[in-house]
Amino acid sequence: MKNFEYAAPCSENEVLQLLSDQSGQTELLAGGTDLVGLMKKMIVTPDRVVNIMEVPTLKNIEAVDGGGVAIGATVTLDEILAHPYLEDYPAITDAILGINSMQLQSQGTLGGEILQRPRCWFYRNGQELLDTGQISGGDNRFHAIFGNNGRSKFVQSSRIAPALCVLAAEARVIGPSDSDIQMIPLLDLFRTPRQEGQREHTLLPNQLVTHLVLPPVNGGLNATYEVRQGAGPEFPLASAAVSLELDNQQRVHQARVVLGQVAPTPWSSAAAADALMGQPLDAQAAETAGLAAVEEATPLSHNGYKVQLAQVAVKRAILRAAGLETGGL
Amino acid sequence: MTKSNEYTDSSRATVNRRSFLKGSGAVAAATALHSPAVEAEPQAAANVVSGATTITLNVNGGDHKVTVEPRTTLLEALRSQLELTGAKPVSSDGSSGASTVLVDGKPVMASTTLAMAVTGKNIETVESLGGEDTDAVPRAFVKHDAQQCGFCTPGFVVAVRALLNKNPDATESQIRQGLNGNICRCGTYNNIIKAALDVVKGGV
Amino acid sequence: MVLQDNDQTKEPMGPYQWPARKDTDVIGKDHDRLDGLVKSTGAAKYTYDVNLKNQLIAVALGCPHSHVRIKSVDSTAAEKVDGVVHVEVLEQGKEGKEVRWAGELLVVVAAESEGAAREGVANIKIEYEMLDVFTADDDLEAAQRAKRTTKGGNRIETEQEPGDDDDEDEFYEKEFVRLFKDAEIVHEGEYGIDAITHCCLEPHGATAVWEGDKLVVYLSTQNVSGTDDQFAGALGVTANDVEVRCDYIGGGFGSKFAPDYWGIAAARIAKKTGRPVRLMLDRDQELRIGGSRPSGYVKVKVGADKTGKLSVWDSHHWGTGGSGRGAVSIGVVPYVMVPPNRRSIATNINTNNAPVRAWRAPNHPQGCALSQTVIDDVAGKLGKDSYDVFMANLANCTNGKAEVYADQMKVAARLMDWKAKWHPHGKGAVKGSVVEGLGMGLHTWGGAAHPSTCTLKIHPDGSVESFLGSQDLGSGTRTVCAQVLAETLGLKVTDVTVNLGSSKYPISGPSGGSTTVGGVSQSHRRSAQDGLQKLFVLVAAKLGAKASDLIAAGGRIQTTDGNKSLSWKQACGLLGVTPLETTRSHERGKDGALSSSGVAGVQMAHVSVDKDTGVIRVNKFVAVQDQGLVINPKTCKSQISGAVIMGIAASIYEQRVNDPRTGLFLNSGSFDRDGYGLARLGDVGDIVVELYEPESERSRGVIGNGEPPAISPKTAISNAVANALGVRVPVVPMTPKRVLDALAKAAGKA
Repeated sequence: MKNFEYAAPCSENEVLQLLSDQSGQTELLAGGTDLVGLMKKMIVTPDRVVNIMEVPTLKNIEAVDGGGVAIGATVTLDEILAHPYLEDYPAITDAILGINSMQLQSQGTLGGEILQRPRCWFYRNGQELLDTGQISGGDNRFHAIFGNNGRSKFVQSSRIAPALCVLAAEARVIGPSDSDIQMIPLLDLFRTPRQEGQREHTLLPNQLVTHLVLPPVNGGLNATYEVRQGAGPEFPLASAAVSLELDNQQRVHQARVVLGQVAPTPWSSAAAADALMGQPLDAQAAETAGLAAVEEATPLSHNGYKVQLAQVAVKRAILRAAGLETGGL
Repeated sequence: MTKSNEYTDSSRATVNRRSFLKGSGAVAAATALHSPAVEAEPQAAANVVSGATTITLNVNGGDHKVTVEPRTTLLEALRSQLELTGAKPVSSDGSSGASTVLVDGKPVMASTTLAMAVTGKNIETVESLGGEDTDAVPRAFVKHDAQQCGFCTPGFVVAVRALLNKNPDATESQIRQGLNGNICRCGTYNNIIKAALDVVKGGV
Repeated sequence: MVLQDNDQTKEPMGPYQWPARKDTDVIGKDHDRLDGLVKSTGAAKYTYDVNLKNQLIAVALGCPHSHVRIKSVDSTAAEKVDGVVHVEVLEQGKEGKEVRWAGELLVVVAAESEGAAREGVANIKIEYEMLDVFTADDDLEAAQRAKRTTKGGNRIETEQEPGDDDDEDEFYEKEFVRLFKDAEIVHEGEYGIDAITHCCLEPHGATAVWEGDKLVVYLSTQNVSGTDDQFAGALGVTANDVEVRCDYIGGGFGSKFAPDYWGIAAARIAKKTGRPVRLMLDRDQELRIGGSRPSGYVKVKVGADKTGKLSVWDSHHWGTGGSGRGAVSIGVVPYVMVPPNRRSIATNINTNNAPVRAWRAPNHPQGCALSQTVIDDVAGKLGKDSYDVFMANLANCTNGKAEVYADQMKVAARLMDWKAKWHPHGKGAVKGSVVEGLGMGLHTWGGAAHPSTCTLKIHPDGSVESFLGSQDLGSGTRTVCAQVLAETLGLKVTDVTVNLGSSKYPISGPSGGSTTVGGVSQSHRRSAQDGLQKLFVLVAAKLGAKASDLIAAGGRIQTTDGNKSLSWKQACGLLGVTPLETTRSHERGKDGALSSSGVAGVQMAHVSVDKDTGVIRVNKFVAVQDQGLVINPKTCKSQISGAVIMGIAASIYEQRVNDPRTGLFLNSGSFDRDGYGLARLGDVGDIVVELYEPESERSRGVIGNGEPPAISPKTAISNAVANALGVRVPVVPMTPKRVLDALAKAAGKA
């Protein structure tokens, strides 16, 4: 690790004061499960690390007036699992349970989990994030099958972000001045970098996500399904989160489908959602939506198999949300 | 899922969305819901620390002074300054679980925790489970031969202790699901399951 | 260091033998490992745990490219980093040197803290000239195009011999055509097994400290007695002045027999700086250079009769042992069951990976996986039960163990409930997308006892201790030695102390080849038997009995009729003030009744496969293993269970991924972030271990079992997956990608 300055402020304002407006100079430390490893490998080399775990306002799960829940950025994943307010949001708890590591669950935070750095073994071996031939010409078995026509071929790392996206979560973001407080739909927080040095999210270096705010579910169904090879915390090969609302005929009248681990951002599939509209929630509808989700996939040289896995993930997420057997191992 | 009694519907405090947006709601809710000691009024800019600094870590029930840099991990501090070498460095990114310790009762990887980030917290290492009144978990590891080379063992012992602290009646299936944050290369998993189950049954 | 054992040549007493099964109190009984509690409470000190006063922490720069020439090295910036004390450019890091694999250590930075050392490493500037890279070890044609192949040998054996007038090549060509024509069924296929690494959880490394001109090295080693001389030679000091210590080692698996150049570097830097130096490999360095196992890929054609018994085998296999090393030995393809007509050709592929090291049963896992998958596919083609086809092929057994295998197969089949679970390949019930399958494999290994010398001290106060320059890899060496002493002296295991882990103790062989338990039990049994005889002489005089009429049991020395006796402590009191010391050795090859070699094992796997995702789960695994006489069933079973779990990892998860473009080992830096996949606790189903120890095997004495049970798992699991799917996933590990690709290929054909 390069040496750095360290501060552990106790308020959001202090955090903001300590952050640089220059990219790469300051890093926010929460659970440390991603950042510390990256710093050890000198892939991330900040001049200052700001530990936000001592800020009390970031540590709570609160109900929001009129329904919904606000989750502080440094709430740990095990706290979310245990919290009754999250009972209506199984998509989130499915994703957290899938992490399969007590340590990652009790050390990792929600904010840290969704903003962990990209999943790409070239990047994590010290190479550039964007493709210069190393990814398209190399072993890209875990890389993107959607949104990969530019130089971004990595996949977004977060296991929970697809769930938050289908649940229409918004990020509460604060910046140097009071007028900078914003509520940003989570899906809009992620972006596909087009040039080296650009981050995989739209946050400025001196902004802070304080909370993720979930609207009420209002009787809707939601779930996450991850295709994982083993029982450990290894990342899924593909995942999908869905949220569904049924009309009084028990037919789908609203649907959101977001795939994970398949694109440089959480990947929203309008095609899969459209395929569900007006359908009864059964195995046939799930199958059709799965196929629709991957119709536009553009696999790279080594990851064609992920197309089927993405399809299966969508299908099984829908079945799980519907309370039907997902099948499989 | 464990339900906590403190969150009943009647006590369901809410945060007003508009004031929350403005930045005041969350603070109010936090103080209302939780410990009265929390006071989040901004102070002067927080202390920025650089270079070697002496801090106090509370480890295994006692306060210990260690001199660390901001980049020093808890694992390095424990191993090189407190001679607590039970927690092991196996992977630099915490993916082996070999550096597992308890911080305020929760299992975390000391290898991805900065020493300065855990001042004021209760840190328990595997060594706290040994000594005169040896804990049932390490004893069960011996009884069921749940170790071979032993390098992953301290991390596993702490993980089992954490799992059983949270769920003293863990079933075999919960144990199989709950102990996947640790890696063993010699292949001791089946005996670890037996050891954990034996602790649940009070057999050691 | 050679310890002259004059005592032994003067008065070896013997005869040395094990007590009958019915007469043992300690041997053959479960015993907790003696170092269990120090390990499970974190008190055991491994090499990585040694903290010496004033110690420097060294971190090395590993070459970031797979094949380069060093153009220039500039360490000035590193030297200026706060806390950096010394920068050492290693021999292979010097200008003009060619580096043939990534991860090779080039420069070592020693500093006051790990952080400073790492920052120093990051500040070293090296210019590289990039050279050609090749790592596609599975692609024979590409290797040939890249001129990376060499001949790896061939072996031809046929029942019909060429006549004196025949041209041999022509004869064999015709003969193999005839043999395949005559075969009732012919099967062709391609199979493979990827390279994996040792992945010791304690990486390779050392802490070196000079005390004047004397060097003490704390080394993570499987070879305590054999590394001191290697340090001395490399450093130009006399071996007397070097001591290697290793009380505990965090895994070796065949990769830790030498000081390695980084161990030597630690000693050099310690000398130059006058301070103790610790240098351990990083996780990615450990995986890249700390040891790997050769890959193997085969193209094979076999002929068989209607029972599935192979009559002819014709194969060409290739693979890499890394830079400059060979493919899997021609001697294990085919494996154990060798048809009377066989032609095996091997091609070595030279890749830009670090050279291989011995990996748990070198060659055998690959030989097994490249051969017995073929037998299983013959069973599939015939629609026959794999069990019956394996049984038929036992007629081709070349190690004389056909009857043992047959019996072990019966035992394993019962434990697996094979008959009830069996269905022909691809014909099992499908539940949703999940199918189940059964598979088996069998193996052999030597395991002859290595040389070992034990010095036994019986103290006048009754305490007993032994000394030997061995090491306990987690196999239970300490405990086994103590059990042998306790059994022989009529004591409890807790009454004796076993001292190992120093090169200053009497020599014992390296722990490799499953040779340790045979060796150390030999030296301990001999020392204890003879030591006891000497004590008997004193006791006999005291009791007025004959020494030959005395026995040691239950903490007493007594006449066989039990009428006269002394407690162990009273008996030892007769020694006066001088301990009784007995040193006895075992020489390799002179087994006598105490040890022998050659074991057999049969394994069976039951799996579930999700056809939609390619995910595999091992539901149940049965391992039946012979290892002669078992001293400690508890630790013995642990070894076998562990070998099976290692095999589960290599069957499904574990592989070295070399980037096709840069050759880089892409998954060496982590375990969970697209990292090096090992089985986790939840991945391991029910494992049933059966120690196969009928009197016929027990009477052969002690044989090591560290390696044999690691041979068959990949075969058994691959065969089980083939049985489930009705389609062979040709290469292990059977990742979801490979399972889906195999299914797609089969569907395309159909």
